[in-house]
Amino acid sequence: MTTKYEALTGAEAAALAMKQINPDVVAVYPITPQTPIVMKFSEYVANGEVDTEMVRVESEHSAMSATVGAAGAGARAMTATAANGLALMWEIVYIAASTRLPIVMGLVNRALSGPINIHCDHSDSMGARDSGWIQIYSENAQEVYDNYFMALRIAEHKDVLLPVMVCQDGFITSHSVENVLPLEDAQVKKFIGKKNFKGLLTSEKPYTIGPLDLQDYYMEHKMQQHDAMKHVIPVIEKIQKEYAETFDRKYEIIEEYRTDDADMVIVGMSSVMGTVKDVIDMMREEGIKVGAVKPRLFRPFPAEKIKNVLSKFKAIIILDRSDSFGSFPPLYGEILASFFAAEKKPYIKSFIHGLGGRDTNVEMIKEVISELQKLRDTGESNFTIDYLGVR
Amino acid sequence: MNQEKKKLTITIPEEEIMQAGHLACQGCGAAIAMRYALKALGKDIILDFPACCWSVIDGPFPYSATQVPLFHTAFETAAAVASGITNGIQAIGNDHTTVMAWAGDGGTFDIGIQALSGAAERNDNLIYTVYDNEAYMNTGIQRSSATPHGAWTTTTPVKHFKKGEKKDIDSILVAHGIPYLATTSIAYAEDMVKKYKRAKEIRGTKFMHVFAPCPTGWKSDPAMTVKLAKLAVETGVFPLYEVVNGKYKLSIKPKELKPVEEYLKLQGRFKHLQKDDIDYIQKKVIEKWEILLKKVEMFGE
Repeated sequence: MTTKYEALTGAEAAALAMKQINPDVVAVYPITPQTPIVMKFSEYVANGEVDTEMVRVESEHSAMSATVGAAGAGARAMTATAANGLALMWEIVYIAASTRLPIVMGLVNRALSGPINIHCDHSDSMGARDSGWIQIYSENAQEVYDNYFMALRIAEHKDVLLPVMVCQDGFITSHSVENVLPLEDAQVKKFIGKKNFKGLLTSEKPYTIGPLDLQDYYMEHKMQQHDAMKHVIPVIEKIQKEYAETFDRKYEIIEEYRTDDADMVIVGMSSVMGTVKDVIDMMREEGIKVGAVKPRLFRPFPAEKIKNVLSKFKAIIILDRSDSFGSFPPLYGEILASFFAAEKKPYIKSFIHGLGGRDTNVEMIKEVISELQKLRDTGESNFTIDYLGVR
Repeated sequence: MNQEKKKLTITIPEEEIMQAGHLACQGCGAAIAMRYALKALGKDIILDFPACCWSVIDGPFPYSATQVPLFHTAFETAAAVASGITNGIQAIGNDHTTVMAWAGDGGTFDIGIQALSGAAERNDNLIYTVYDNEAYMNTGIQRSSATPHGAWTTTTPVKHFKKGEKKDIDSILVAHGIPYLATTSIAYAEDMVKKYKRAKEIRGTKFMHVFAPCPTGWKSDPAMTVKLAKLAVETGVFPLYEVVNGKYKLSIKPKELKPVEEYLKLQGRFKHLQKDDIDYIQKKVIEKWEILLKKVEMFGE
């Protein structure tokens, strides 16, 4: 039922997914390393392979504004950005979520300036973790591709109606060629279905979006946003199940790798987990019982699930690809909070790695595993935060 | 005197789309502007407002005085949101609804000029209205680049009143090569309605510059709003004209411009001005008026 493998970069996989979604409006502004998505999609538009109205705006601020306007008008609207682009969008990123517009945005994770750095880390999306968007992190090009379709369904689900960021690692995923197994156009069309949300801006029944909302209503609207986020995890589970049944591709909110008999694990998100899995395979040859746990969803944070998964182990090390200066790195902090009420807690330690595209290589992961063994056996470095691979 | 009975022709639509109960100050020029604009454009319209007086005037949730679909957005994005709306409705097969961004002078001359320039360059199919009250009135009368020379505002106190000319936003927009630009005034309702109707029929970016006095910020009598708007035209402070595909056309040509002092003296924001200051303003008004006449001559129909 599926077509054959294609050699695609993560960015091309994103553009292909967007083509197959065939959105009504795409408003974009170029920023490295998101540009190959924009260029490839422009080609699809120029060749008439999509029906999309493409708005080539003059900034990311306007990209998000135009996307929000189009979605508000009732169109299926998408955009893509990275790093400083997301930072420039900031205020409209919040408006997209709080006005409950089901936008899907490709985010190619890149370090925020300064100093200027165009390579991967998660400082951009982690800064937006309280903006009200759903955040899905992709390990490789195949995941990027599949995540787009599921993201669209999640965003437009009647119990959710929230925007979704589909994150992939800048350059590491966006510019590396991998084998991707695409779906056929008709399969995608059937899976995503027709847009089931009506535009608010219809002359037949006038609505006002985002009006002045003060002490007497604002909090009720915020609570509705809070409640919508609570619906997300069950909706994702349902959609992932349907995706698996339809296309034989199984995704979980939290992916476990060789954890059955493991007593210690590395936890991390996105592309580094490919390296982690390889190193785990090597260590397994040496009889070291180590596994990996990869949350694919960061917002809403699957706290209950993560606690249930991780409480099986004696020691865990969490890899964060961003820092929260003066506090806990984002993933580490969330996991600590998830465990607060648990009876059984593993030893836990944090490594900040790969900032500004610093390669997290096999040797570094071996070092992490050696730290993990010490942590398991002695508990000495429990609750510590260190930088990995710095001079 | 002609005794023959003349039939009264009503050129302004009678239907009131904007409703009573809005939250504008007494004598608000921006409220009058919206009333006429909606009369001209009709109900088949989608509006978007950035942060501006109209964010408040329309009423807080769950109220709306305009009674048409409306998107309230952030300060610098009126044009970009309108671009999204117009492309969105086009993509889903709606080619009849008018899309209009409606912004103040701060949201247009200052913080929103980038998005406006982008939309104008792309020539997106929308009407962009700036209702110009010559300062940030909603935040408490701070100077904008639309504030004229000589004016008091809370950030240009009397000792350091605004020095420097008002930004020539219209020439900036004309330079984008948009198909239609009009300056309009709430004191000339028929002219305004006619211009909005014309804008509605043209595809591409239409820029409407509406002169809308603000009694609160100008320290003027609320009953004088329309008179002030009229004097602005009669003195040449705010000339009324159209630019259609680059061709300038004067809408109102006073036989002789009234002295600018007549306009200034009705406003508390100018009451500190000395004779020299007024003479300077008068000189600049004449200079700009003559430049406009030259443009009409050179680039007229």
